[in-house]
Amino acid sequence: MNAINIFQLDGEDIPFRQGQTIMQAATRHGTYIPHLCWHPDFSPYGSCKLCTVKVNGRFGSACTMEAQPGMEVENRTAELDDKRRTLLQMFFVEGNHFCPSCEKSGGCTLQATAYELKMMSPHFDMFYPDRPVDASHPDILLDFNRCIMCGLCVAASREVDGKNVFAMGGRGLLGRRVHVSSESGKLADTDFAVTDRAASICPVGVILKKRKGFAVPIGERKYDLAPISEQVKESTP
Amino acid sequence: MSDTDKIDAVLDRHRRDGTRLMQILREIQEQIGWLSPATLTRVAAAVGWPRAEVSGTASFYSFFHKRPRGRYCVLWSDNITDRMLGNADLMDAMCKKLWLEPGRVSEDGLVSVNTTSCTGMCDQGPALLVNYRAVTRMTQARLGEMVGLIRNETPVAEWPAEWFEVEDNIRRKDILLAHDLVPGQALSAALERGPEEMLAEIKAARLRGRGGAGFSTGLKWEACRNAAGSGDNPAHYVVCNADEGEPGTFKDRVLLTSYADLVFEGMSIAGLVVGASSGLLYLRGEYRYLLEPLESALATRREANLLGKNILGSDFEFDIEIHLGAGAYICGEESALIESLEGKPGRPRIRPPFPVTNGYLGQPTTVNNVETLAASCLIAAHGSEWYAQHGTEKSTGTKLLSVSGDCERPGIYEYPYGVTVRQVLEDCGATDSQAVQNSGPSGVCVAEAEFGRRISFEDLPTAGAFMIFDETRDMFEVARNFAHFFAHESCGFCTPCRVGTTLVRNMMDKIARQHGSPYDIDELFKLHRLMQGASHCGLGNSACNPVFDTLNKFRPAYERRLQSLDYEPAFDLDAALSQARQMTGRDDAAAHLATHLPNGAET
Ligand code: SF4
Ligand code: FES
Repeated sequence: MNAINIFQLDGEDIPFRQGQTIMQAATRHGTYIPHLCWHPDFSPYGSCKLCTVKVNGRFGSACTMEAQPGMEVENRTAELDDKRRTLLQMFFVEGNHFCPSCEKSGGCTLQATAYELKMMSPHFDMFYPDRPVDASHPDILLDFNRCIMCGLCVAASREVDGKNVFAMGGRGLLGRRVHVSSESGKLADTDFAVTDRAASICPVGVILKKRKGFAVPIGERKYDLAPISEQVKESTP
Repeated sequence: MSDTDKIDAVLDRHRRDGTRLMQILREIQEQIGWLSPATLTRVAAAVGWPRAEVSGTASFYSFFHKRPRGRYCVLWSDNITDRMLGNADLMDAMCKKLWLEPGRVSEDGLVSVNTTSCTGMCDQGPALLVNYRAVTRMTQARLGEMVGLIRNETPVAEWPAEWFEVEDNIRRKDILLAHDLVPGQALSAALERGPEEMLAEIKAARLRGRGGAGFSTGLKWEACRNAAGSGDNPAHYVVCNADEGEPGTFKDRVLLTSYADLVFEGMSIAGLVVGASSGLLYLRGEYRYLLEPLESALATRREANLLGKNILGSDFEFDIEIHLGAGAYICGEESALIESLEGKPGRPRIRPPFPVTNGYLGQPTTVNNVETLAASCLIAAHGSEWYAQHGTEKSTGTKLLSVSGDCERPGIYEYPYGVTVRQVLEDCGATDSQAVQNSGPSGVCVAEAEFGRRISFEDLPTAGAFMIFDETRDMFEVARNFAHFFAHESCGFCTPCRVGTTLVRNMMDKIARQHGSPYDIDELFKLHRLMQGASHCGLGNSACNPVFDTLNKFRPAYERRLQSLDYEPAFDLDAALSQARQMTGRDDAAAHLATHLPNGAET
């Protein structure tokens, strides 16, 4: 490793390879930078802005910004975590997130990140949007009430499954949503399969496998076992 | 011809090329009224795109209809300047006469009436679009007549021609608007210089982008020129950004109406410099009425050998194509504009890479403002030394201002850079002005004490909007109008802008309803700080500017609406719990909220 290829993350030395983003290098090092739309297996999307860090005093997204030698990056400072908490609250009010009745509870990245950042309430008035549920597919339920627009299902279906079942479209708070690739808009009318990578990529509880809801009991789920900041991995199975 | 035949004809004309999706969808809609699910499926199959992507694009743009629209679709321009000219009352009256609720299509499918973002007619409002044709200077009398024509289903083409007249309203000319170049003169001067020398001339003239950011045009062209094309079809592209969406701006409308040759010639010069043979002009959908005149101006230039192969006897080859937008402010951002040119939703790209290396179709692309390109003709013809004599040290040349609002003579004013705000106000006959919104909602609100400031990159940079508010105007309502604008135009990609613009809008509405408290003002500041730092692009970064500026400069406009000036939340949760305490017979410390929550647990 080239000794010059090191940057500072909250005062800690982080080595990196040329071309790696701040997020990739930190993840490889085992250091947690909060994130929702980034996934180690896919190219960065840059939409959630949870990964906002301060690089040499200026704000930037850790998932899209390439690491440079000697950068000084602030990550878990009070100022940044405060902004992240507000972003999380934005997610909670723009969708319909009823954690107690959600089968993803305990395995949900949004919920785990909110715990990690000690978000105590949604703070803003809830928007209560009218979002559809699609139970048409024999093996999959889509509950868009929980969508955080991370684009991971789009990327997984396109890049891994080679199917393009999903696309992000529409504009603004009311319009932007995941579009399903069929004239009816129903998942059953696509070639989506429960074995697709896209079927198990959703970080929240939108894309759910039917009849699997409580296979792992609450209390033993991923983020019940350890907080999200202690489960930093370069790739997920 | 059946609908499917019409669809197929459009698809064929565009070679079933998905990157031309915007044009395909618009032309289909112009012919058959709307974009039905079956239409989108057919289009997707023809261009070979996933259907979800086609519907994703169709639902991004305000002017595409995925549900049947009224045979008459009336959209009132809703900029603050239209409001000041009374558009709300007119629209109200129209809805009453037609028995309509805004935004809904009438039961018989005849008509819908709604608002749209600024249509670029602020100097001759109240303005509207009817079936995407621009109408200016609405009055009660015109309104009555218009309702009659709609009821009788008179085709829009047979409506009185004067309703569709758009005046230039040029009030002050300087070197650009008073130019005496004939078509081809600047281009032949550029050809004579050759690309390198022409580039050097642009750099020496210190020309900067007129879209507001003020990036050096010479450096941009140079970076584009030096970048290599890649892939199977390596090429360089020139894109003219005529997506003039900033509310209060209409100078490009005038340039494209009466100075189109200058704009096309500027694009050609840019093409010569960067090594492009293809130019695209992205025209905002609101200016649909300019498409045919611009097409015929292009045809004339082709005939005169100013476009095409062997231009003016040289080996330079260049042609220009016009693409229409469809109602999305965000497409003024250069990378979003390129996405739109490629048939996709106008979402700003992650940068780097920048368009100069990876732009249209992944190729090196220079995106320049209409006015910048026009100005480059002056430099080609008269040289950098002459050009740089005008304006100031860091802002050479002149700037077109779109003056609207409270003044006697709204319209286009061209000044050398360095002119004071006060001078402009004097020239346009503005009296008792309390503020000027410089460069539109995303710019700066200039209060009276600052009227000595100068329009220039050194002091007050501008994309051209100059909206004047006299002392009778309520600056809170100005900011609230802009808050609604940004909430409507946010592309929705990144969280801080998608949700933040709506939160800001809701808070402004809450204050307007007299339900606000100083707490809400703190919240507005907090959202401003978040959105400014964390948003993906300039829209989110600047969306709170008008609120921030008016809060700092016109605080009383907010404060007289607040319930109390003490720091108390509008809703007292502990008091709301008193009933519950009564019912349970508890009054211990833990039954009180204030003592229960750890301090600072919430932010
Ligand atoms: S459905 Fe899930 S994976 Fe897809 S965008 Fe929404 S939150 Fe992300
Ligand atoms: S993780 Fe970087 S923007 Fe979402």
